[in-house]
Amino acid sequence: MIDRAAVARGAREGEDAAAPVLELRDLRVDFDTDDGRVTAVDGVSFSIGKGEALALVGESGCGKSVTALSILRLLPRSARIAGGEVRYRGKSLTALEESEMRRYRGDRIAMIFQEPMTSLNPVMTIGDQVGEPLRIHRNASRAEARARAIELLDLVQIPDAKSRVDDYPHQLSGGMRQRAMIAMALACEPELLIADEPTTALDVTIQAGILELLASLRERLGLSILLITHNLGIVAEFCERAVVMYTGRIVEDASVASLFKEPKHPYTRGLLASLPRLSSGATRLSTIPGTVPDIRKLPQGCTFNPRCGDVMAVCRGAVPALMTTGEGSRARCFLYGDEKERGA
Amino acid sequence: MSEMLLEVRNLRKHFPIRRGLLARTVGAVRAVDGVSFSIAKGETLGLVGESGSGKTTTGRCVLRLVEPSEGAIRFDGADLRALDAESMRLMRRHMQIVFQDPYGSLNPRMRVETLIGEPLEIHEPSMNRAARRASVASLMERVGLSPDLMRRYPHEFSGGQRQRIGIARALATSPKFLVLDEPVSALDVSVQAQVINLLQDLQRDLGLTYLFIAHDLAVVEHISQRVVVMYLGKIMEEASRDDIYARPLHPYTKSLLSAVPVPEPGAKKSRVELHGDIPSPAAPPPGCVFQTRCPIAQERCRVESPALIDAAPGHKVACHFPG
Repeated sequence: MIDRAAVARGAREGEDAAAPVLELRDLRVDFDTDDGRVTAVDGVSFSIGKGEALALVGESGCGKSVTALSILRLLPRSARIAGGEVRYRGKSLTALEESEMRRYRGDRIAMIFQEPMTSLNPVMTIGDQVGEPLRIHRNASRAEARARAIELLDLVQIPDAKSRVDDYPHQLSGGMRQRAMIAMALACEPELLIADEPTTALDVTIQAGILELLASLRERLGLSILLITHNLGIVAEFCERAVVMYTGRIVEDASVASLFKEPKHPYTRGLLASLPRLSSGATRLSTIPGTVPDIRKLPQGCTFNPRCGDVMAVCRGAVPALMTTGEGSRARCFLYGDEKERGA
Repeated sequence: MSEMLLEVRNLRKHFPIRRGLLARTVGAVRAVDGVSFSIAKGETLGLVGESGSGKTTTGRCVLRLVEPSEGAIRFDGADLRALDAESMRLMRRHMQIVFQDPYGSLNPRMRVETLIGEPLEIHEPSMNRAARRASVASLMERVGLSPDLMRRYPHEFSGGQRQRIGIARALATSPKFLVLDEPVSALDVSVQAQVINLLQDLQRDLGLTYLFIAHDLAVVEHISQRVVVMYLGKIMEEASRDDIYARPLHPYTKSLLSAVPVPEPGAKKSRVELHGDIPSPAAPPPGCVFQTRCPIAQERCRVESPALIDAAPGHKVACHFPG
């Protein structure tokens, strides 16, 4: 028998049960490209507490997925963590040997991806894949892993788990495959689940079911969730906190309630205003002028300044720091700095 | 009643399923199964549905890019299905399509000038090179692209700009009607708003008629005057935009609307939950196609397929127990 609780709950060396589940400190990720070195993630800091759901929001190329991958150190070869730290329960993951790191992946921290079809192995049964983390991290026997896989498939509400356990991924629908991925992620009872656009490839009625499942698992298991998404509706319904990224940097970090009620950064404001909303009666959508700049050729100063309606002289010369805009909220914008910071 | 530009009656598209050495037909995927609707001149009809609903096949059948199995299509007074290949080719200059994926739908080896000018080469063979270039330049300006970029290749553009190229190409022959097949689904939120506004400007300025196919209900509500909801090859509900969003009658429409995540924290809605998955269109359930997932299905729904009938003026629904 595996003593699941003992293995899972026992803190490992260097871990501090009082520290946040996840903490990013000034994380920087560089990519080597044909045009030289490019910084895809620049000075990202945030933390997630026990049972908290934090959204990492932004448009394509803002660095949200790279941030997520760097937590588990799953970055492509051309990328490297160039600075800063990722801490799990106070223990630095960035400093770990690869063999040590493997003890965290899929065990304390698990991840699910957008496309369940490409993340599941097409020639392994669902049961073998869901049970695999237990075989790796818990030395479970084949029979134990299979029995637990059935329990897990039940947990994620896959009907008729006993027979589904022997199916191959192609025999499942998109929604069922995503459920199987979640089951696999939960196998070792992780503390943190990183979900990278988990419902983007799914239909809206299937998406609603997956989000409800994640919400109930979070409540029942005390799971902390880092949700990466571009869908602001999902952020509003699912998370308490949101971190908005633009060109590799955090531009706003606030509670979801205040972010939607009173967005501070001009980019966040523009993003929320450009959303078509059900029954809004609007005849024309508000837009943000221009396009997201190429991260190889970022504008001087605040990278949003060429598109910003509130641009001031200082914005073209200096990169604003994250300024405090309220209790626990920050925005990277000179509008919220004092006069000295604004250069007035 | 305003004048109809497009009238589709009882459209069906069954794709044969072939098996074995002799490729015998063993069944059919009923992608579109008896669909009727019309679009007035200058109107936008939104066509909504999830994967497998048949919305994309419907759009392609209307242009005969996919040959319908059955049904009638009247476009601007002409019976499209009676046209021979040459007449249909000539007709296509009046009806064009914009695809979802601005990455996959533009030939990467063609310069923008060739891409946008190609429809003119086909439909205006007498036009000389200089005149064509001038047309391409004005089309690019029309969709918000600088004509200076004419010599570039698609990969040099962002997703939003590529979609503008796709729209310019569709507009090259001055069509009356555009099928817009998920034109903004692949775009980021801020870019999506720009392209939606562009489509609305073009419609107003050029008097275009749109069939707007999408799965995003908020986008469809924003751009359409009327909305058709499809499920498994059939129309479940059709109504004016305001009616369908304020007073949906079909349980499927209700569940679809309640499933959309709303960007307002704390806005708790009563969710009409659907169980299970969309059945395969190769083996649709007996009776109402929605009965396997319907929260209010009764015995009658399992045997008798409901007809699409008027529940209120201009509001059609295919349900035995609407409301």
